[in-house]
Parts: sequence; C-alpha cells; structure tokens
Amino acid sequence: MNETAPRVAVVVFPGSNDDRDAALALERLGAEPVLHWHAEPELPDVGAVLLPGGFSYGDYLRAGAIARFSPAMRAVADFAADGGFVLGICNGFQVLCEAGLLPGVLRPNESLSFVCEDVSVRVERTDVPFLAGCEPGQRLTIPVKHGEGCYFADNELLEQLETRGQIVLRYDGMNPNGSIDDIAGVVNADRNVMGLMPHPEHAVDPLLGSSDGALILQALVERARERLFAAA
Amino acid sequence: MKATVLVRPKPGILDPQGKAVEDSLRHLGFKVDEARVGRLLDLEVETNDPDQARAEVERMCAELLANPLIESYEIELSEKA
Repeated sequence: MNETAPRVAVVVFPGSNDDRDAALALERLGAEPVLHWHAEPELPDVGAVLLPGGFSYGDYLRAGAIARFSPAMRAVADFAADGGFVLGICNGFQVLCEAGLLPGVLRPNESLSFVCEDVSVRVERTDVPFLAGCEPGQRLTIPVKHGEGCYFADNELLEQLETRGQIVLRYDGMNPNGSIDDIAGVVNADRNVMGLMPHPEHAVDPLLGSSDGALILQALVERARERLFAAA
Repeated sequence: MKATVLVRPKPGILDPQGKAVEDSLRHLGFKVDEARVGRLLDLEVETNDPDQARAEVERMCAELLANPLIESYEIELSEKA
C-alpha cells in the first residue's frame, strides 16, 4: 500500500456510470481509488467508501431500492457503523437512503424531467467532516444530472434533521428537482455518512467549469488518510 | 396462491406523475378531480395458506416493494387460477 495515498473504495453496481470519474477525481486528489464490484461481500482495506452515480439496476422499482441488497452494502453498513466515512453521490445517495444509512428518500423530480446542468449549492454546515474545507455559507458550483433527485422527508423528520444539523447542503436560488426545503445533501446523525445529488467528481478541474467539488472529495480523502494512517 | 400488491403514493405526498395524467385527461375533455399514479405487482407465492401468504407478502412490502416514507400498500389474495 502506498503510504501517502489512502485507499478509497468506489463501489461499482450494475448500472453505475460515474465510478470511473469518481476514481479519477480521487486519484487527482491524492487517493488510491479501488473499484469494488458490488457482489464482493468483503470490502478491501480502505479508509473511506464512495458510492457513485448511475442507474443501479436500471432504477427499477425505486432508485437505489435493489442495489441496497448487494452483498457489498452489508460491508458498507458495517464500515459506517464502525465510524468509517461513506459518501454517496446521486444514485449513491439514493442507495444510502433506501438502505436506511441516511434519512429520507429521493423521488422523481417534480418536473418529471431529467435535469443536467450546473447548480449553485450553499454550504449549511461546516461542522461535518465532509465539508470541513468549506466556509460557512459558501456557494459551490457543481453539476447535477438526475431524474429522481427530489429529496423528501415528512415534517417530523424534517424538524429532526434541522435540529440535529443534518441538512448540510441546500440549492441556492434555483432548485432543480423540487426537493423539500431546497435540500441538496444530508448527513446521518453520526456525521460519517453523507449523500448529495450534485456530482463533485465532475467539478474538480477549472477546465470543466468548476473545481468546487474538490472541496468535498478532498475532505473524504483526508478522512481516509486519518483512518488508515493515524495509528502509524 | 396469487397475491396482488397495490402500492400508492401516500395522501398528501405530491405526485407529479398523477398530476401530469390528470392534466392530460382534462385536456382530452374528461372531468376528473384528481389522478394518482401507483404501482401494481402480481405475485405468485408458493404457499396455499392465506395467513401465511399474507404474512410473507407483508414482509416483502416492508423490505422491498414499498417505501413507508412515501408509499402505502394493499394486499389482495386469490386462489391460483
């Protein structure tokens, strides 16, 4: 294992399509990405896990509903329960919600149209490890591309999330999918699992319009580094 | 026996698909107050005991077929034709 590059697993489901972009982004940010096929029940020795975007199992039934039964997901749940950091992007966010590792659910966009564009999101919390590299209230420009990104939680859950500081990203100005309370990203109560609809892995190079996504992915790499090398 | 599961968006949950259908029906001149779009699943389960079948399909709904945050479900059982 490379002592300076922490290994980060990118779980590949049938129908994932942002796994390679995520791996490339992680590599550029100093990690050693490990593509991990969903049928493998054991996670390799990694410091963090990323669930990429795509259309696992064709989004059949509900987006993420079937992928959550993949053998790898049990290991991901154990990894999270042990305090490991898990980031779900787009379809990965949907899988984490269906698996119960994150609260709420993602529904078809209010417009019923697929959206694919840059959006502005506001950083609501910087006291979560995934957003430690951002300024409070900072606006990040990151693209979205999804048909089912309308985050929903009922009033009771919403109040709970707000009180506990689990709503970490909100759309700023334009809400692309009709999500409740303009929510773009949430964390679990322990703040080691995060999901977001925008794609930070598509925004790590100014050449592509924005490098704001690197702020989130870099934090994931650093958390992986801490977990793997802290004892050394 | 056969089991039919009806999965519906819960009342009060915005249903954009239902809204689109409702608008189209109105556009065609039909008088509709509301349209909601759910999902229907036809299942064949091994057991012929209605109680056992219902219990099993209940579990399927809880684990996979419906998301309790946004959907309700109904189970109808019938003898295999």
